[in-house]
Amino acid sequence: MADKLRAQQQLEALQARYIGIGSADTSKHEWTSNMARDSLASYIGHPPLLQYMSIGLGQSREKTRVQLLERMIQPVGPPPKQDD
Amino acid sequence: MTSFSTMSLYALTVKHPSATQDAITGDFMGNQRQQILTANGSRLSIFEVSRRQKGFQEIYSQDVFGIVRRIGKFRLAGGNKDLIVITTDSGRLVTYEYEHEPLQQFKTVHYETFGKSGIRRVVPGEYLAVDPKGRAIMIASAEKNKLVYILTRSGQTDIAISSPLEAHKPQTLVYCLIGLDVGYDNPMFAALELDFSSAETDPTGEAVQELQKELVYYELDLGLNHIVRKWSEPVDRTAHTLFRVPGGQSAPSGVLCCGEDNITYHRIFNNKTQMHRLAIPRREGATEDPNRKRVIVTGTLYMLKGGDFFYLLQTDDGDVFKLNITHDNGTVEKIKIKYFDTLPIATSICILRAGFVYLACESGDRTVYELESLGDDTEDPVFESTQFPVDPTASYAPPFFKPRGLTNLTPVEALPSLNPIMDMEVANLALEDAPQIYTIHGTGGRGTFGTTRNALEVLDLIESPLPANAIGVWTTKMNVEDTEDQIIVLSMASSTLILKIGEDVEQAQHHGFFEESSTLGVQQFGEDCIIQIHPRGIRHIRNLQFEQGDAQGNDPKITNWDSPPHRTIVACAANNRQVAIALSSGQILYFECDSDGSLAMAEDDDITLDSTINCIAIPEVSEGSVRANFMAVGCSDQTVRIYNLHPDVEGNILRSISVQGLSSPPSDLTINYMRDKSPRGYSQFLHIGLRSGVYIRSVLDEMTGEIGDTRRRFLGPEAITFARVTAAGEPAVVAMTSRPWLAYTHPRTSVLQLTPLNYIPFKSAWNFDGSAFKGIICVNANELRIFTFNDLLDNTTYEPIQLRYSPRKFVSYPDQGVFYVIESEHNTIGADIRQMLIDQAHSNGPAKMGTDGEEALTNGHTFGDELDPTKFGYPKAQGQWASCIQIVDPITEKKVVQSLELKDNKSAVSVALAYFESRGENDMYLCVGTVKDLRFTPYQYTSASIQIYKVSPDGRQLEFVHETEVTQPPLALLPFKGKLIAGIGTDLALFDCGMRSLLRKAMQPNAVSTRITGLKTQGSRIVVSDQSQSITYVVHKDQVHPNRLIPFADDTVARHTTCTEMLDYETTVGGDKFGNIWIVRCPAKVSEAADESPDGLNLTQDKAYLAGAPNRLDLVAHYFSNDIPTSIQRTNLISGGERVIFWSGLQGTLGALIPFSSRRQQKMFQQLELQLRGDDKPLSGRDHLAYRSYFTPVKSMIDGDLVERFLVLSRDKRESIVGQLQGNWTSEMVDEAIWNMRGLYAF
Repeated sequence: MADKLRAQQQLEALQARYIGIGSADTSKHEWTSNMARDSLASYIGHPPLLQYMSIGLGQSREKTRVQLLERMIQPVGPPPKQDD
Repeated sequence: MTSFSTMSLYALTVKHPSATQDAITGDFMGNQRQQILTANGSRLSIFEVSRRQKGFQEIYSQDVFGIVRRIGKFRLAGGNKDLIVITTDSGRLVTYEYEHEPLQQFKTVHYETFGKSGIRRVVPGEYLAVDPKGRAIMIASAEKNKLVYILTRSGQTDIAISSPLEAHKPQTLVYCLIGLDVGYDNPMFAALELDFSSAETDPTGEAVQELQKELVYYELDLGLNHIVRKWSEPVDRTAHTLFRVPGGQSAPSGVLCCGEDNITYHRIFNNKTQMHRLAIPRREGATEDPNRKRVIVTGTLYMLKGGDFFYLLQTDDGDVFKLNITHDNGTVEKIKIKYFDTLPIATSICILRAGFVYLACESGDRTVYELESLGDDTEDPVFESTQFPVDPTASYAPPFFKPRGLTNLTPVEALPSLNPIMDMEVANLALEDAPQIYTIHGTGGRGTFGTTRNALEVLDLIESPLPANAIGVWTTKMNVEDTEDQIIVLSMASSTLILKIGEDVEQAQHHGFFEESSTLGVQQFGEDCIIQIHPRGIRHIRNLQFEQGDAQGNDPKITNWDSPPHRTIVACAANNRQVAIALSSGQILYFECDSDGSLAMAEDDDITLDSTINCIAIPEVSEGSVRANFMAVGCSDQTVRIYNLHPDVEGNILRSISVQGLSSPPSDLTINYMRDKSPRGYSQFLHIGLRSGVYIRSVLDEMTGEIGDTRRRFLGPEAITFARVTAAGEPAVVAMTSRPWLAYTHPRTSVLQLTPLNYIPFKSAWNFDGSAFKGIICVNANELRIFTFNDLLDNTTYEPIQLRYSPRKFVSYPDQGVFYVIESEHNTIGADIRQMLIDQAHSNGPAKMGTDGEEALTNGHTFGDELDPTKFGYPKAQGQWASCIQIVDPITEKKVVQSLELKDNKSAVSVALAYFESRGENDMYLCVGTVKDLRFTPYQYTSASIQIYKVSPDGRQLEFVHETEVTQPPLALLPFKGKLIAGIGTDLALFDCGMRSLLRKAMQPNAVSTRITGLKTQGSRIVVSDQSQSITYVVHKDQVHPNRLIPFADDTVARHTTCTEMLDYETTVGGDKFGNIWIVRCPAKVSEAADESPDGLNLTQDKAYLAGAPNRLDLVAHYFSNDIPTSIQRTNLISGGERVIFWSGLQGTLGALIPFSSRRQQKMFQQLELQLRGDDKPLSGRDHLAYRSYFTPVKSMIDGDLVERFLVLSRDKRESIVGQLQGNWTSEMVDEAIWNMRGLYAF
């Protein structure tokens, strides 16, 4: 029992430290948001990718960067209603 | 048992990326001057702009083998130079010191690991901020994490770094991070943050609308050694960037916060000043939407002497504004903004104290401007913060200005950049020795068609006609002490012409030279004599002098030495003390300089050879000796023999020392000293030119006369002749064959470099040291030319042709030497609407005159004119497209010959040049895929079609034939078996050309899963690339009706393919959007089975495997290049070279993948790469193997850029690395192998 508790605590510590570590209760929304945010952060972070997208959109890199950051706020829409 | 791959490639960068990620100014050399540090791709470079040279100079550049994200500089109090800090994908914070002497290098100072490698959402590195006093560094990730490092001085020179302090805030996005100027108070950082946690739990979606962006101040308490979130205040929701406001004594401190149509001054938290806001001025003009809001994309703060400061801020239109803050002893009263100039959109603007502005453009050439004025005197309107409400949502009258040409800045120099390359083709349309690289690059109004060649740029100084055709040219001094050349000797077919160099160059008289014959050689001899060697003898001219500024000589004393009867002189070599001549009988006579300067023949010793002598060479007398030690003789029996001129132990001279066998008779020889990597810094080299056009350079040992360390390369199909010259201050050799080449030492790597000159071919050249300039003199038929070199670092030349919009794709018509380029511009008003708006403004003009009177009169014409799009860009409008097809002739006319504008919001997406069997083989048709009202995210369009244009026989005119509507955008077109194959969305369709429309002959619905973006073919096989699902092999079966297109093999990995090329029938090389280059191969059995049956019945019966094609492709090679390949091609790059895989990257990279031909070589390179990975660790702190395996493990590729680091390592390190290689390699052999990989395949 103590082992189980410790494992639980360790998992929680990891979850606090690294975003995106799932658990049995991770919902589809959480998971997809997480994926989308990871992708968006990668588009912003890799300079050639950001440039590629900016050229496609015909705008400056800074503008594309801000647009992608804004999309990170809620990438897959609002969370589903909780049934209580 | 070892198993190895059947393919191994050597990945080499031919041209480094030119897209700038970040650029900053600083004094990195510690010489009290400013340099510019730029990060391009994975390279860090230091540049200097100097007024003296009026130019831009690269001081140092090094690949860090990591993705550079941000760069910064810091200097602790008491330091004498700026140190560099960079964030990369290594998960480490690395700081460097640039050392200029004795060895140029970045010396790592700190190396702090803080997180995982790779570019991730929560690993800091996206933002980097440095305290202006250099006491702390803050790094942040896009979400959540922030780390602070404290820098302290420990001892005199060392800078200690603390362990990181955490300032994390979960569920918070960071938009910008800067270090605040607070003088010597505790270091402060300001961040633009957005906490989205409330939206995470709100299912209604209302909370997300109410999220607030905050400006947060972090204070680093140096006493308590912790970081606190000191203060936060809500700012404009659209805010995205911050600029630091100078602080300290009597300066306001705080930040400028920029958002959409908004620049706000925010005080520091404990200061009483109020906020001040400005709207960003908008352009005035007929085509401009007056309601469109601008954002600031980049900017810079510049501090003047005496504490004043200003900002240059650039909007997304490229307009640069000067922003001033009016303050009274630290209390801000108002901020003012004024139009400065319009520049290309940049990622960084650097202002240098010397009065230069360096602009790292997002697209196209990086440019240096000179500051003419600070913009105080122009008549542009000034807007003040008192005009605008502090709340950005309150209403206000938007400010307007009129863009105009550059007035405050003048462009000084542009650094040619290919960034961003959209498409590339290597072809020999100009029918030269080596193929040219054609690229389309640049965006917006800066779209360019470029021709890049491997050639050295020369500066033409003089071009003058001659009375007759000359075959040889020499220049000579009159006296051994002279520093400048005084006369030019021109040899015609049967006469000689002497020219005196003075104010003008004029024909000399009474000079003593023998004029009635051609000349073989001229040499300043002894103290004050000149010798002229002609076929019938040697003329010795003593003490020739000219009157000041006159071409009349003093009829000097001449002595003739006549060649023995019935024999003529065929070759000669001479230096200041020695002369050797070869007679037609195969005899070589040797003379030395007597004590009185006359010729003394070595009576007893001569050489008689059985074969005819083609050429002789004697080096210059080295300083401190009386004679050169060796003579090289090239004979027609395909040998070069070395003879001693220095008496050996027995007192004999002209003894044969060594013989070198050659593949062809030598045509010319020369010996000189050139810089190299030997401990002394230079060595004596023997250059051998062969009749077959092969050039050989070997080290000629000064003591023993041994020949070693040989490099050879084919230069051109004609016999080679040489001229010893000085190029850019370094000894070099001009090799003349079908075109001139320069053999020189690379300024950075100190290895031999062979580059053709971008110049007309010539047959004779000589070094020219004039009083006004130094250069190279050459003759070509009846023209005399003098030219010089600027710089030996860049071995490519580049010719641009301006295009109209962002080029997307192009196709060549090799028979006619033209290219068809499709161009399109997103979010831009199309040409038809633009014209309509301008016409409207014109017609409104007179009506306006009635009401406004005089003002409209003066403004009437400027209203109607369109701004030059190359400087000002195009007027923007969401969702609109401007697109055109242009025909470019880069060979004869070197310009755009025809432009066809696409109307109706259509944009061109694909292009192919096809002939249709049904319409006759002689007619070529240009097929262009178009889409109407295209939008991305989500992907939308109203209609799509394929337009067919008939190409005129000369290729320079297009005539519209018909347009066929298709269901989805045709993103890929390809001529195929006299028909046209098209990728229509996910469907693959085969079309023939009818009278009114295209006729569909075959169709494979859902050939791929996302969208077909590219097609390549060989025989009946088609390689179809998908936007996100790699490639699919499709076979065409034309024996059945209707024809079948059957996908039979696809890939196991989802590659977002950008470009492909079939290497052979089974193998395809391609690139993807994440910067990988890969090679996949179809298994032999599958490949055979695909072609077996004429109707493909067996294939259609095959079961789909895991929802894909029945078979899978095998991965052969994989490599991460850190640049998105946009085009890839199998081609040869140099004349006589083997074929390589050549690719172009979006950021301006040109690279080559060179196949290894020998297993032994491949093994050596593999070991060398492994050694270098450990012994010369990448600067970024990234593990090299992990970097090249960024997404997928690297396979069968050796990183040539890393291997070439071997060339610049210190001698000890090289030896220790070589010592660990298996297979008896020496350092010189490794050098040669590395040289051969670049020299024989690429450049």
